Amino acid sequence: MRALFSRRLISRRSLLGSAAALLGSTALPRLGFAAGAVRLVAAADSEPRQLNPAIVASNGVFFIASKVIEPLAEASYDDGGLRPLLATGWEGSEDGSSVTFALREGVSWHDGKPFTSADVAFSAMEVWKPLQNIGRGVFANLEAVDTPDDHTAVFRFAKPMPLQLIANALPVVSAVLPKHVYEGTDIAENPANAALVGTGPFVWGEHRPGEYYLLRKNPAYWNAGEPRVDEVVFRVLPDRAAAASSLEAGEIQLAAFSAVPLVELDRIGKVPGLEVVTKGYEALTYQLVVEINHRNEHLKELKVRQAIAHAIDKAFVLDTIFLGYATAATGPVPANAPEFHTDDVTIYDFDVAKANALLDEAGFARGADGTRVALRLLPAPYFNETKQFGDYLRRALAAIGIDATIVANDSAGHQKAVYTEHAFDLAIAPTVFRGDPAISTTILVRSGVPDGVPFSNQGGYANAEIDRVVDEALVTLDPGARVELYHQFQRLVTADLPLINVADWSFTSVASDRVENIATNPRWAVSNWADVGLAD
Amino acid sequence: MPRLARLVLRRLAGSVPVLLIVVVGVFLLLDSAGGDAVDAYLVSIGGGDAALAEELRARYGLDRSVLARLLLTLGQLARGDLGWSVALNRPIGAVIAERLPNTLWLMGSATALAFASGSALGIVAGRRPGSAIDRLLSGGSLMLYSVPSFWLGLVLAVVFAVRLQWLPVSGIETIASGATGLARAADVARHLVLPVAALGTIYLALFLRVMRAGMVEAWGQDYTLAARARGVSSWRVALNHAARNALLPLVTMLGLQAASMIGGSVVIESVFGIPGFGRLAQEAVAGRDAPLLMAVILVSAVMVVAANLAVDLACGWLDPRIGSGRGGRG
Repeated sequence: MRALFSRRLISRRSLLGSAAALLGSTALPRLGFAAGAVRLVAAADSEPRQLNPAIVASNGVFFIASKVIEPLAEASYDDGGLRPLLATGWEGSEDGSSVTFALREGVSWHDGKPFTSADVAFSAMEVWKPLQNIGRGVFANLEAVDTPDDHTAVFRFAKPMPLQLIANALPVVSAVLPKHVYEGTDIAENPANAALVGTGPFVWGEHRPGEYYLLRKNPAYWNAGEPRVDEVVFRVLPDRAAAASSLEAGEIQLAAFSAVPLVELDRIGKVPGLEVVTKGYEALTYQLVVEINHRNEHLKELKVRQAIAHAIDKAFVLDTIFLGYATAATGPVPANAPEFHTDDVTIYDFDVAKANALLDEAGFARGADGTRVALRLLPAPYFNETKQFGDYLRRALAAIGIDATIVANDSAGHQKAVYTEHAFDLAIAPTVFRGDPAISTTILVRSGVPDGVPFSNQGGYANAEIDRVVDEALVTLDPGARVELYHQFQRLVTADLPLINVADWSFTSVASDRVENIATNPRWAVSNWADVGLAD
Repeated sequence: MPRLARLVLRRLAGSVPVLLIVVVGVFLLLDSAGGDAVDAYLVSIGGGDAALAEELRARYGLDRSVLARLLLTLGQLARGDLGWSVALNRPIGAVIAERLPNTLWLMGSATALAFASGSALGIVAGRRPGSAIDRLLSGGSLMLYSVPSFWLGLVLAVVFAVRLQWLPVSGIETIASGATGLARAADVARHLVLPVAALGTIYLALFLRVMRAGMVEAWGQDYTLAARARGVSSWRVALNHAARNALLPLVTMLGLQAASMIGGSVVIESVFGIPGFGRLAQEAVAGRDAPLLMAVILVSAVMVVAANLAVDLACGWLDPRIGSGRGGRG
């Protein structure tokens, strides 16, 4: 079409020809599905600014890039929780000062060069540690990576590093880049960040902005027999209604990450040939959290925070907002992380009378209009559910005499208002649990986080006891002792309420029943899909 | 052609002050919205530390003052360089060149559909005002005009793409089809049927009503009365006398609607997943990408100026009394 457009003159003959072709084509089957090639088409709701998963560890990037560039290990439902990918084994030293990775042999990059320990050392020292949004924290104390041979990489840390934390972080932080493509370049601006080179089951095809990403089968993939489809296409569909209708029309076979809105699931689940899958996101659990600005003179009173916790009817939130696709949260670690979760914590039942009594005790009496306190409430705009919960919370707070005014922003505005300017009293955030509390959970309550860091403690909360437990868990090598510290962390947080955890939720997928091996691991949507098949 | 080029240039030069105000206004408005491109980016990647934010701001040039950034962007625009999109990490010129044709195809086809069928039906309705067919068409057009285009788009998609599966649900062409030449043109045409119908139908109603009103007015004029007194058949009077004169306001309306058509295509592009200008503008705002938004608005303004110029030329051709800028009735 662009070729047609750029031609200065469109002859009458060519116009007649296209008209005839148009008439003819309506009678033809769908164009473009080349005979023989098995193509899986999935909906993508966004196009990340850059796709390099070693630099940007985010679900939006992983969704596409994880099929091309692989991490050392992937999350697994099996015991131990990890499936080896580019690393076949890992072992920590007694003193926690090093972790030794045995690397897979016989793996080559998509350009044919062999994968070696030099690639891992380069990725860790030049990319994960200095550039990656998550790796900058996890690898802050990484001093060097030794490569005694081509298939061994020894990570040396300045401070003792729990193997448990490193292992839990592997699926997220350890996407390995080819050293020979990146060395000596401006890594953040390397063209390979847009046309990925990896070791994964799929090779980069092309990206047509606004339309699709195309990945092709890697015939030389290290795991013989995989991948099972010839092409994976990510169709860009930012409009949420489009994902559902494209599924029904058979134009796409998969919509992951709740691209089909919750209210549509009941209906679409009954469409012949389509199924709703709720598994496969356990390691991508989100938490619906009420963030609290402790600089506010009312909110710094524990009784006020407790009253707010008692005013929230979690059952109503789960039924009405999440339509049952969520569970009640007990604290800052979701039940989907059984390794760390405990429900031996302070639980706040829905009890409006108790909430009112707590506010009375705190000395915040109702005024003539029934209002005790007026607050600003900023729901995060990223999910329908966070916005809807904002509306609910406003009403729930009104019942206990708190007059909350909703301040609506878009993503950038919300980030600035809450996490930089602290222009909020209460905010609603969808925080993510990423396999280990040390990765992105403790930062929500640890003091001393600089201004401007999204999804962190920007409420001015400081609790020396919580800080001590958080810091100790960072250097505790014994897994059992470390878990105990995180149980203590959950008890402290639920007792003092630096924030209020309301619900834990994961995503849903809607897929054609022809798609095989959906949800085979707890990070399925962002894993490499090597075993995914498409039946005839 | 040189005369035309001169006319276009004169029009553009005349609109420079307005464009400048618009561009500076857009820049300042977007700047005053909370958060910048780095905030938008950090949210999209799920977070990062404070030093990372600082590094990115330095990399994107966001650590400079508003004035410095505005002057830099204006300087680039003056040199004909649309600049670099921070949100998309690509040169803006290339992005525009990619998206503009999609929107032009959508708008152009919708306008052609609306104008051709609208005026034809307007003639039918206006030939005998008050007749049953007039009441039917007038009533129908009022209904169509009241329908929101996004709703019509969704209904068309559900009926023709999801249920009947005659046409594709969304997109501008079949993904990664490898088709070229005529096959590709036909594929694009198939994808455009529903969005063009959704966008065009609403404007069709507008053109129908304007045409009909012009016809009704013409019937009251002496020249139609004279023609009928001479015994000219009623269809010939309608077509050659009434419709010819009623066409002028219709063509003027075409120019006026160009701007609102761009707005309408924003909605339709979103419903049908067409990577066009409307979606680009939305991405620019969400990503706090002022240079990109400025470029989108500038190019849209140039399109509106060009459309109006074309309308002026067409009016001059339809009514010889209207000289091209040399006085006359218009």
